[in-house]
Amino acid sequence: MIERGTILKIYILQRLISLIPVLLFVAVVVFFIIHLTPGDPAAVMLGADASPAEVEALRQELGLDRPIIQQFFSWFGGLFTGDLGTSIFLKAPVFELFVDHLGPTLSLSVLAQGFAMLIAIPMGIVAAKRRGTVIDQTFMVVSLLGISLPGFLLALLLSLIFAVQLGWLPAAGYRAMDTGLWQHFKYLIMPAAALGFIQASLIARMTRSSMLDVLSMNYIKTARAKGVKDIVIVYKHALRNAFIPILTVIGQTFGNLIAGTVVIESVFSIPGVGQLLVQSIISRDYAVLQGVVLLIAASYVLINLIVDLLYGVVDPRVRLSRRS
Amino acid sequence: MDAKTVLEGTYFSDSRKELQKERRSLLIRRFLSNRMLLTGSVITVLLGIIALLAPFLTSYTPLEMQMVKRLQAPSLEHWFGTDNFGRDLFSRVVHGTRVSMAVGISVAFITMITGTVIGLYSAYYKFLDHILMRICDGLMAFPGILLAIALTAALGSNMINVIIALSIISTPTIARVVRSAAIVVKEQVYIEALRAQGASASRIIWYHMAPNTVSPLIIQITFVFAVSVLIEAALSFLGAGIAPPNPSLGNILYDGKVVIFSAWWMTVFPGLFILLSVLGLNLFGDGLRDMLDPHTNKAKK
Repeated sequence: MIERGTILKIYILQRLISLIPVLLFVAVVVFFIIHLTPGDPAAVMLGADASPAEVEALRQELGLDRPIIQQFFSWFGGLFTGDLGTSIFLKAPVFELFVDHLGPTLSLSVLAQGFAMLIAIPMGIVAAKRRGTVIDQTFMVVSLLGISLPGFLLALLLSLIFAVQLGWLPAAGYRAMDTGLWQHFKYLIMPAAALGFIQASLIARMTRSSMLDVLSMNYIKTARAKGVKDIVIVYKHALRNAFIPILTVIGQTFGNLIAGTVVIESVFSIPGVGQLLVQSIISRDYAVLQGVVLLIAASYVLINLIVDLLYGVVDPRVRLSRRS
Repeated sequence: MDAKTVLEGTYFSDSRKELQKERRSLLIRRFLSNRMLLTGSVITVLLGIIALLAPFLTSYTPLEMQMVKRLQAPSLEHWFGTDNFGRDLFSRVVHGTRVSMAVGISVAFITMITGTVIGLYSAYYKFLDHILMRICDGLMAFPGILLAIALTAALGSNMINVIIALSIISTPTIARVVRSAAIVVKEQVYIEALRAQGASASRIIWYHMAPNTVSPLIIQITFVFAVSVLIEAALSFLGAGIAPPNPSLGNILYDGKVVIFSAWWMTVFPGLFILLSVLGLNLFGDGLRDMLDPHTNKAKK
């Protein structure tokens, strides 16, 4: 019999390999969508009053006059050596640009997701336990509002209250972590709360329904009959079994999180990956656009892989079925 | 007509009519007792009426500028106040709702067709399934809004292109739902029997598989409608959706963001309309799911 650790390693390796075709496909789709649609970066770069000859010269310099298939293979070939290309506007390698803009986005997402999980799971549990009461109904209404509000709208409303009316928090901007932790947080509280609230609604709804399913099971009744304390039943017996669907939703909400940060960063002028992306779209910076979308897709599928692996941590039954 | 239907027609017509009537009244009763569905449809229908009647509801056009009246607070003359160009905000919000609803309904309609076709055919033909579902995986591998931004930035920001972009990103979700409902049907014995009798593929697909996918399809379409309204607002807010000066709830919010310190009404009113549109549709979808889907038990809401 092979050791469990080896099996897990093989499993992870298999999953990583299965990601390759998905990412290759994304690369192809992204490239052709961007290149086959109208709009000429050379013309955008030179502005409205450039002569056609100048535009043509720049096109040649950038290699945009080559056949599209040739352009594709030179970009695609670069991917295998880890070269995502160089931005023609910002005059820097795409990967470097991505890393430069990653800090704010990462801070924002971690804060938002942390905030979401911190309020969503307890809220969902309480709502499930007090099913049908006023608490539960309030919770359902609030969470329905959460899934119906676009993040940027909530962000605007929050800044209307906390920045405009009360003046407690800055309306926009960003401070890096080395200017002091408090400064850093002060600028991120509102965007993170706006993003987090929407994530929280999704997670809390799933927590509630999953807990409701588990709490009605027989082994919970048995535990109750044996006189196990309520708190132990809920947190030790029920939550662990209810956690798989919750975990799935948390994984899925990461996708929303990435999309959400793009818009939220623009509301609060946070210099993150989202801003980089929006800028690259406006200036038709092909290399950055392709590279960043590809990296986002890669992180998205990686997060989903991690969530899949966590199933095994939470639920030993998943670990066992994997062995067979 | 064969003998059996003739028989049914003569002997059972009365009782069948009665049964139909009873079933209809049951449906109406279930509709009325489902509070979510009721609230959702009331909100959605109201907004639909506002969108349809937009030109008749306002005494100002959404593009009419009166610079003297810049950024006026809500008053009897201008219910929602005026914007930074002195345009009547009520008129702009109402016309913006019209745009949102038009985009949402078009996307819902287009994806209903594309998603159903793709879903059904990939459920029936294994080789198509591999190709089409990999394409869907690829499209779903990154957040749809990014693809939509890229598409509208490339195609140009106008309503048609927003609809095209949103239809492309929403088709995979519909296709998946239809496919998974259709695959269940395809495995049933009666489909095998039909095939043995020599029924053609398109007959099986459209007469026997398609009707069984209708209820999950309708539920999912409602959510696509809601998400489209949301993403359209986000796109227009980012400047990649409906281009100004044409009103859209998203680009009004963008204008509002610039003057957020002096004009709260430019954020609150368009925001309220977005919220109501999406909330109405979400309630409608949730309620519909409770009514149509026997598998979701009440506890799961």
